[in-house]
Amino acid sequence: MAVFNLNVNGTKQKVDVDGATPMLWVLRDQLKLTGTKYGCGIAQCGACTIHLNGVATRSCILPVSSIGSKAITTIEGLSELGEHPVQKAWIEHNVAQCGYCQNGQIMAAAALLKNNSKPSEEQIETAMKGNICRCGTYVRIKEAIKSVSRT
Amino acid sequence: MEKQDALHSRRSFLKSSLLSGGGLMISFSALAEFLPSKKLAGPGMPDQWFELTGYIKITPDNVIKILNPNPEFGQNVMTSLPMIVAEELEADWKKVVVEMGPHDSVKLGSQFTGGSNSVRMYWKPLRDAGAAARVMLTEAAAQTWNVPAAEITAKSGMLYHEKSGKSGTYGEFASKAAAIPVPKGVKLKEVKSFNVVGSSQKNVEGLKIVTGKPLFGLDYYKEGMKIAMIHHPPAFGMKLKSFDASEASKMPGITDVFSLKLYEDGFEQAGFDTRTFNDILVVVGKTTWDVMNARKKLSVQWEPIADTKETIRGFRGKQEVVVPAGLETTESQYAKMQERAKEPATVLRKDGDPETAFKNAATIIERTYTAPFLAHNTMEPMNFFADVTDEKALVVGPQQAPGWSEPTLAKLIGLPAEKIEIQMTRMGGGFGRRAYAHYMFEAALISKKIKAPVKLIYSREDDMTYGIYRPMYIATYRAALDANKNLIGFHVKGGGIPEHAIHANRFPAGAVDNYLAEGWELPSNITIGAFRAPRSNFNAAAEQSFLDELAEAMGKDPIDFRLELLKRAKENPVGKNNEYSADRYAAVLELVKEKSGWNKTENKKYNRGVAAYFCHNSYAAHVVDMVKRDGQPYVERVYSAIDCGIVINPESAKNMVMGAVVDGIGNSFYGGLTLKDGAPEQNNLNRYRIIRMREAPQIVDVSFVENGIDPTGLGEPPFPPVFGAVANAVYKTTGKRVYNQPYFNSTISEKFGVAEKNTKQQGDKKLPQPKIKKGRTP
Repeated sequence: MAVFNLNVNGTKQKVDVDGATPMLWVLRDQLKLTGTKYGCGIAQCGACTIHLNGVATRSCILPVSSIGSKAITTIEGLSELGEHPVQKAWIEHNVAQCGYCQNGQIMAAAALLKNNSKPSEEQIETAMKGNICRCGTYVRIKEAIKSVSRT
Repeated sequence: MEKQDALHSRRSFLKSSLLSGGGLMISFSALAEFLPSKKLAGPGMPDQWFELTGYIKITPDNVIKILNPNPEFGQNVMTSLPMIVAEELEADWKKVVVEMGPHDSVKLGSQFTGGSNSVRMYWKPLRDAGAAARVMLTEAAAQTWNVPAAEITAKSGMLYHEKSGKSGTYGEFASKAAAIPVPKGVKLKEVKSFNVVGSSQKNVEGLKIVTGKPLFGLDYYKEGMKIAMIHHPPAFGMKLKSFDASEASKMPGITDVFSLKLYEDGFEQAGFDTRTFNDILVVVGKTTWDVMNARKKLSVQWEPIADTKETIRGFRGKQEVVVPAGLETTESQYAKMQERAKEPATVLRKDGDPETAFKNAATIIERTYTAPFLAHNTMEPMNFFADVTDEKALVVGPQQAPGWSEPTLAKLIGLPAEKIEIQMTRMGGGFGRRAYAHYMFEAALISKKIKAPVKLIYSREDDMTYGIYRPMYIATYRAALDANKNLIGFHVKGGGIPEHAIHANRFPAGAVDNYLAEGWELPSNITIGAFRAPRSNFNAAAEQSFLDELAEAMGKDPIDFRLELLKRAKENPVGKNNEYSADRYAAVLELVKEKSGWNKTENKKYNRGVAAYFCHNSYAAHVVDMVKRDGQPYVERVYSAIDCGIVINPESAKNMVMGAVVDGIGNSFYGGLTLKDGAPEQNNLNRYRIIRMREAPQIVDVSFVENGIDPTGLGEPPFPPVFGAVANAVYKTTGKRVYNQPYFNSTISEKFGVAEKNTKQQGDKKLPQPKIKKGRTP
């Protein structure tokens, strides 16, 4: 066990855990930030996507010991009130079915659009390829992303 | 006096919900989010709710709360069911607050999410509830204003008496209305005067979803809660023999390691009490990561099971079932199915004289189709929270059928049903998987044993290797054609592990004079269960591929051929008990033909496949437009035509169909689970392929037949025919028919399928060869 000082959603957080603990479980079990989801534990489904210094990162294989001072943003920190353009687009396009994967999808999309405000079809597909939606909402996810890129 | 008693009991009911922590907590934020008025935005909750029928509660301030009875797993019932209530209630939808109802079969009905039944089964009760409440409010206003109720009109949560110019909110009369007995048989609105039903409304939980609120079972938290995981055998046909937990117990955070039995010997299981592994090894600890790590330190011996007798009281009554011993392997399962298929089977339906028709046939076309096990792989793995004491139990989590699981839970933990509270969380997918409640029972037994609140979590690996899979299927279709290429006989013989998929009374039964359907089953210890459109998800692939091949052999357009058969089934149906409406079936084909521009020249650039199917009381047809992209078949565009009767919430209904199309493409292309010596060969998403964005179509164009019929199902019906339409498009794209699901997963279909056999059938040489169209890269 070791103490880690983390910067999560702009707030300093101190956790005392095994350094190998994936950030996903630190967020969910220690910090009670459950918007970041567990799907596979091996970085295959994208449900656990967070931003690490603004980069979309799978938190399920990210040891807490590797974070250091890097800024972590979770879905709760994107905009608590749902005011981020990507969140708004998701509501506008009524994207979600079950909704479980959508936090990860939104985080992946937000990271993409932050670096590339007008992504091509292919760039969207590449950025989103790590995120599975078992309900099959991909068509609307893409529409929602495109609608943000147009604004 | 009566009124006060009623109020008191209503408040007690609310209090008990409040104490339990889950349900009402949700409504705080619901109110804050959906009613941004200052009075309600804070932690303050209206303390006076007047209940009008079990589904509606209204405050004096005119906050209207509608309880959604059915668990939500993405089919959007949380929005669409309350919309039905609001329609008849004449409530202002924008001001309605929706809350997930508690499990309460007396007040809220069967509460079963599955079988595409939610809207169909609740259509009438919810309309009745809304209409009754409107009448009660009107009556209360009539009494207050001392005017005839017939002169009062209700609109957008307000009551008006035109003559006197009086008006008031529902809230003003809620207290009085709550004391009025609930009227029965209230006249319902005309379909043409609906204004909520049939309008596109946003998901009521949309904001919570996109802001990551704790909506799901896996997110549920209670102070002092522990985390448990189950170590189950590595293979079907194995069980726990012994274990040494001395190392695991020493791991950080670990509090308990023990084994327990789910069902005692002779336990009478209900139909959905399926359990795969009865002796479970449990690790309990402080955090998920602690428990995951400790599991690696377990030393466990497993042993083979003997033939095991189970007593099941399901839909078919009480049955003694023997689960066979053995470690099954996919390759030998396919071989066994093909061997068994040669043996006689049970006749399920026979019309005319099929034997003679086949004897006299000029051409016989015979094709065999197969499909592997499929894992549901809901994005949220199985999990449940339980807090079981000697006096009462609270269980919270994702569950499609609380009404079915409660009696079993009561027996297992030794508490009467009234001491058990079940809360249904939003489910991260279901697809049939969560109609089974073993993980709820396991969580409850673990909590009872450790005398503490606990959340049971399945890892993805636990989830994927437990069962309860879509069965394996095989079916051989035969058609007899006379010298003029008329269809004179039709024969299907299907089997599977452990069930066959044949629906003997469905199309094309009723459309062919000489018809025979047969089925057989092979027992297995691989546990199976409902998977989105059970059986239909195989039949629609096999039958609709076969009809396509048949149409080609007869030199007919595949849509026209189906329409001809349906015309026959309508005008002069063969046999009895035909399950489908030929009219509705034909209507979706006509609609998809029109919408897709089936015969239009500009669409010739696509390799088009069509299929239609009836299941769960609804009708669906798709035209799949396939191209070659990077040398591989790719579904670029899909047209879907659906008849599910009245559509409650069109934009969400479209979403459901689009999802079903994507799910169908994904599973038909890639889906499959294989076993070696009883052990699943895929245990996580690196080995089990699920469709991703790039493989999804660019466009899914959805149309609904508008016929004003009471709603039928929607969650499942669009799914099965996707498999058939994809198969038929693959043929146009590659020149090769595909007979084995999944169509593009070489480790399954090419290894185990029966394609070779299919090319040797009689009549093949008479079939025209397809023109192979050039691929097009978008």
